[in-house]
Amino acid sequence: MPDAPGLELIRGEIEQDHPGAVLDTGFAQERAVLVVDSAQVLPVLRWLRDSPGHEYRFLSSLHAADYLPASPRFAIHYELLNRDRVERLRVKALLADPSSAGGATEALPEVDSCVELFPTADFQEREVFDFFGIVFRGHPDLTRILLPEDYVGWPQRRDFPVGGEPVTFTHSERRYG
Amino acid sequence: MAELTADRTTEVMTVNIGPHHPATHGVLRLVVDLEGEVVRDLEPVIGYVHTGIEKSCENHPYWKVIPFVERMDYLSYFFQMEAYCGAVERLIELEIPPRAKYLRTIFLELNRIHSHLVWLGTTGLDLGAISMLWYCFRERDKILDLFEMAAGQRMHTRYFQVGGVIEDIPLGFEKKLREFIADMPVRVAQYEALLDRNEIFLSRTKNVGIVSRERLLELGVTGPLLRAAGEPWDLRKAFDYLSYSDFDFKIPVGTVGDNYDRYRVRLAEMVESTRIVEQALDGLPEGPHIADDRKYVLPPRSELPVSMEALIHHFKLVTEGYRVGPGEVYYAIESPRGELGCFVLADGSSKPARVHFRDPSFVNLQAFRDMSVGSYIADMIASLGMLDPILGGVDR
Amino acid sequence: MRDRQLRARDMLRGDLEGEELERFVEEKVVMTNFEKMLGWARSNSVFPLTFGLACCAIEGIPMAAVTARYDIARFGAEAGRASPRQADLIILSGRVSIKMAPVVRRLYDQMLEPKWAISMGACSSSGGMFSNYAVVQGADKFMPIDIHVPGCPPRPEAVLYGFNKLQRKIQGNPDQGWRQRYNAAGTEEWARGGPRSEPSPEAAEAYEVARGLIRA
Repeated sequence: MPDAPGLELIRGEIEQDHPGAVLDTGFAQERAVLVVDSAQVLPVLRWLRDSPGHEYRFLSSLHAADYLPASPRFAIHYELLNRDRVERLRVKALLADPSSAGGATEALPEVDSCVELFPTADFQEREVFDFFGIVFRGHPDLTRILLPEDYVGWPQRRDFPVGGEPVTFTHSERRYG
Repeated sequence: MAELTADRTTEVMTVNIGPHHPATHGVLRLVVDLEGEVVRDLEPVIGYVHTGIEKSCENHPYWKVIPFVERMDYLSYFFQMEAYCGAVERLIELEIPPRAKYLRTIFLELNRIHSHLVWLGTTGLDLGAISMLWYCFRERDKILDLFEMAAGQRMHTRYFQVGGVIEDIPLGFEKKLREFIADMPVRVAQYEALLDRNEIFLSRTKNVGIVSRERLLELGVTGPLLRAAGEPWDLRKAFDYLSYSDFDFKIPVGTVGDNYDRYRVRLAEMVESTRIVEQALDGLPEGPHIADDRKYVLPPRSELPVSMEALIHHFKLVTEGYRVGPGEVYYAIESPRGELGCFVLADGSSKPARVHFRDPSFVNLQAFRDMSVGSYIADMIASLGMLDPILGGVDR
Repeated sequence: MRDRQLRARDMLRGDLEGEELERFVEEKVVMTNFEKMLGWARSNSVFPLTFGLACCAIEGIPMAAVTARYDIARFGAEAGRASPRQADLIILSGRVSIKMAPVVRRLYDQMLEPKWAISMGACSSSGGMFSNYAVVQGADKFMPIDIHVPGCPPRPEAVLYGFNKLQRKIQGNPDQGWRQRYNAAGTEEWARGGPRSEPSPEAAEAYEVARGLIRA
């Protein structure tokens, strides 16, 4: 993992080309984390992938998380890996929910798709769209992948109920009504 | 007349190889555009066994998540337990004792052999070598006997817990495992003798389904598929987790990247896994099989009648569970199909706020289009077998 | 005899009422030798559909139960058919998700009479451990099931035991199970009036609508 000075150097170099992109850096359980504003995530990823000396060319995983009471609500995690130096770096893109800011309730959060940079993100971005409703601009085919196409709702958001049925037992019904 | 025949030979027909099909390894639906027998385009439709496991995990305490999580990729259940338990152990910064590390390694490698055996049996079934199923499942039943001896159940054993393994191995286990280890290389040689010089098998798998190494890396493919294409990338050697550095094993790597190389890589991996199990069994250290920290690990039952504190710890752990402070972690291991990563987001309560699995079959399925477009439909079925997707992991 | 066959026969024969109906029913309950032989032949040559959904498929048919240790060929059922038109028995091995449920129903409808269904494992019998938005809580909700086999996953021996129970049911001699062992014969709860009653008018209408939707 890039250590603390290395991480600050990365932040400094990105800030030169794209000011205001990196919001924060951190270390979470020995993993270097770059917290990025989601509007500028694509240039940051391109810089990390292409710049000599860094070259995080392998995207291990692209997933999202919902931090509901906190704001901004969503964060998209990009787990990058440099296989030659065996180093992992996490880029966390914070994304606010437009429907909570008093706008139209149907507005979905949007972010740029990184499919041209990392073709592996194809299915993974569709999965994030399917579960959270985050729209990736520029994705070739953004449709639901795991749920039926006509499903309504974004299941993995924290305010979506788990569903299922309550289990009723025969004797409890008779005794307790 | 001439126009009619021209139409008939250049017409593209869309065929649905539906979720119920004898060769789709689970409920995978393929919408295939065919021109004659040649595949022109392919689109996998998945989600037919989507179980909402990640959502269910958010509603259960940390130790109750373990049975949910092991049912994702249902052939490599120990790997999912290891990914999740390892992630939580990193979050709470808990060290597991060396005996637990070696025991976990033994069971992980046994599960790798088991997964490859089922793969070989079912892929043989798809390609027409039907007798492979019975031979491979004979060995598989021996491995399942070992699992049952240690953990009480053949599949989905809930054997790994946060802090180590739930119980130590019983008395006859080592003897039976040594018999299995002595037997396994002979059996792998028998499988090779059955398939390696079979003319039909060779012509169906050699130079079929080739994808270049760079394209595979772009698509995020890992595991035996990447190693068959010539890239020696294995997370067991790259990120030394769970004491794999104590063992001496090789990583089989292919040259061309066709289906035959994938078959050979997996067979060689079975032999290497047997060697790891043997070394782990020889060097198994004495000691506790689970960590000692009573805040996260249940105290042994023999202490409950005599110690009040043990009773209180037990009560707290079973009813509410332990709380894990705010943090997030991504921990990846090498499962039989590639990189299996677990992301856990903890928010300070006793239930995880988000559990996400980066499943290798889900990402590897993106390479299927590249493997099959331009080849015959029979080659597509062979490539699907060699790709080894497990739809439980793909759909979660 | 199966209820559905009975009702079909009644319908074909026209309306039977009162005493004639009772005598007819009585005749049918006492089985003739031909029907016994037919039941024996059918139960010993069941063709299961090679259909696996999830984890239970690895432990059941078409996996462990077919292989040499837990041989299902000794019961005559090793000829697994891939096409539902040629199969007698569908074994729902695994969790039925909401996307897969219409597909399973369609497969069941495509099978020809007489057909049976075994729900293997906890997930297809009742939703199992997955009480959430994505799993149908029991395949009973959309298709009739003859035998439920508990377990997660059930051992192959358990699946074979369930298969044996199905064989006895096919022969017209269904197991009473624990009610027989504990002499608890009068404690059954039936959803309708009893095993040989007609469906209620609302249920009959719902069946008609469902059949029309699937054929459309």
